[in-house]
Amino acid sequence: MSSIIAPAKAAPAPLDPSRLGGETGMVERPRRRFLPFDPWHLFLAPLAVVMLLPLVWMVVTSLETLAQTRHFPPILWPGTLQFGNYSDAIRQSEFGTWFWNTTVVTVTIVVSNLVFCSLAAYAFARIRFLGRGVIYFVLLATLMVPLQVVLIPTFLIVKDLGLIDHLGALIVPNLVSVFGIFMLTQFFRTLPIELEEAARIDGASRLTILLRIVVPLSLPALATLAVIQFMWTWNDFLWPLVTILTNQNAFTLQLGLATFQGAHQTTWHLLAAANIMSMLPILALFLVAQRSFVRGIATQGLKG
Amino acid sequence: MARVAFQDVTKVYPGAVVAVQGLSLEAADGEFLILVGPSGCGKTTALRMVAGLERITDGTITIGNRVVNDVPPKDRDIAMVFQNYALYPHMTVAKNLAFGLRQRRTSREDVRRRVDEVSRMLGLEQLLQRRPGQLSGGQRQRVAMGRALVREPDVFLLDEPLSNLDAKLRVQMRSELKRLQGRLGVTTIYVTHDQVEAITLGERIAVLSDGVLQQVGKPQDVYDHPDNVFVASFIGSPPMNLLKGRAMSGRVAVGDLEFDHAQAPDGDVLVGIRPEGLRPVGQGHSGPGFEVHVEVVEPLGDEVLVHGSVEARDAGVRIDAEEAKLLADADTDRGTVTVRLPPEERPEAGSRLLVAPAPGAIRLFDATSGLAIRPA
Repeated sequence: MSSIIAPAKAAPAPLDPSRLGGETGMVERPRRRFLPFDPWHLFLAPLAVVMLLPLVWMVVTSLETLAQTRHFPPILWPGTLQFGNYSDAIRQSEFGTWFWNTTVVTVTIVVSNLVFCSLAAYAFARIRFLGRGVIYFVLLATLMVPLQVVLIPTFLIVKDLGLIDHLGALIVPNLVSVFGIFMLTQFFRTLPIELEEAARIDGASRLTILLRIVVPLSLPALATLAVIQFMWTWNDFLWPLVTILTNQNAFTLQLGLATFQGAHQTTWHLLAAANIMSMLPILALFLVAQRSFVRGIATQGLKG
Repeated sequence: MARVAFQDVTKVYPGAVVAVQGLSLEAADGEFLILVGPSGCGKTTALRMVAGLERITDGTITIGNRVVNDVPPKDRDIAMVFQNYALYPHMTVAKNLAFGLRQRRTSREDVRRRVDEVSRMLGLEQLLQRRPGQLSGGQRQRVAMGRALVREPDVFLLDEPLSNLDAKLRVQMRSELKRLQGRLGVTTIYVTHDQVEAITLGERIAVLSDGVLQQVGKPQDVYDHPDNVFVASFIGSPPMNLLKGRAMSGRVAVGDLEFDHAQAPDGDVLVGIRPEGLRPVGQGHSGPGFEVHVEVVEPLGDEVLVHGSVEARDAGVRIDAEEAKLLADADTDRGTVTVRLPPEERPEAGSRLLVAPAPGAIRLFDATSGLAIRPA
């Protein structure tokens, strides 16, 4: 996808004679630089350090002994690296189970969101039906309601469904998200309607248009939604805490990580190691999906 | 192959916007019919109603012998080329061409055969594995045509297919299109706002304004005998000169020019003369004529356009390209005229040029209704 865009961008822009004149009647010259870098970097670089510091500290902690983690001032270079912390964290806990549970819940939710949000969003974006505007508005209005308000009602519903202490309690309420519908609706509306009209004349059904035309052109939006949903679900702590009460086999990573923090003692080195391991899938996903974030190609079939 | 007929077709958009009003028009089997008019005149809406992309508010549209008002686009056996081509950007040219056939469950061999055929016909063989983003404007246009051709439909609908090409390519594609249509003999409805395109391409042209059909006929007939002031001003470039004259008992006077016209009702009339209908005459000319005060001279190579004013009241009508309507203009004392001259004659700006209307070049229109007054 990006390979198509790249050559066009890389090609030098043809000299536009109208620009030479410019408003001032002078040829624009590149600004002279006093620094070998952009002055903004002076502001942004320290900011980046501040953002990265907690992460670095966590990585350092995960490679220290328990005693080193408690030292004050913090030891920023432990000397010998305790890679064993990682295997210890896995061995001393149900890390594998938690990881698997979280993966099941997250993948199910991400996939179902992509499917259901696309379907709903396409209807809102393109199909005229009675009450479309009202329903869309009501859906959007629910976005304004904070989680704390719906926590108890949702809990009661999930309880009535008999899902408490099951992974289902984590999955069912999140199969589709209003945010996803909203985001995709807005994106679908920006796609050129002619493409869909051409497909209709070509004999495609609504579903075919969605699958063969709209979805392939919406990959950047779908990738964004997938990453956001993945992050939310993967990192969610409150909802699993409320619904997974006693069943340790249904613990997610975030619940599990909390068990490293005891009332009397916290095994900081293991907690940090487990934390880093729990972050890896998100980092990996981000790197993979990043390529899809580039601008879509939806308008490339139109006039040149 | 099939004929396409509009019968009293009206399209009203929400908000009581009338896009097309009482349109009755027929494209015969295999005919190349052009819908032409300024932007916003309803021509594209008319085309989209044939395609099934717009619902018809009133009236019927027939393709072949079937009323298609409620037939979905895919069952109308039509193919459409969009103004912006609407190629599927994520598919290769080959897949773009094959998409419609695949949707119709054509066998793989047939799809390949027809895609090959069409790509050979349009010179697309080398481009089959490229995506639309990697094609030039002309190539995209050809692919869009190919996507319509490959389906072998009963009717082609073309919505300003050449408007995004540069001038040179447009002229080239225009003749290619005409040749192609002649060879295939498929009924074609072609929408354009470019009256030159309309005149050169169509077997018949239908002029629309403000959702209403103004005139339909052979291009030359429409050019020579416009039914009303709108057609006179819209068809032809530069448009017909229109001056306000006065008729009295069968004799019309416009400025210094006087002539007989038996059908002219007493009172104000509009006198129309095409730019090539005014011929320069020598100083010794004694017959009817105008003295043109030359203001601008445009040498075009094969001809010279002279813009100037004459001692006669201006008709005070202009076409507003944005609004697609005929507008009443300021009623000035000096009428503006354009004269088309052969390239060797090039009067100076500021000079005076004596011209006389060629025999049979004068058209008359009613000053209030704008309708043509024809000799009996």
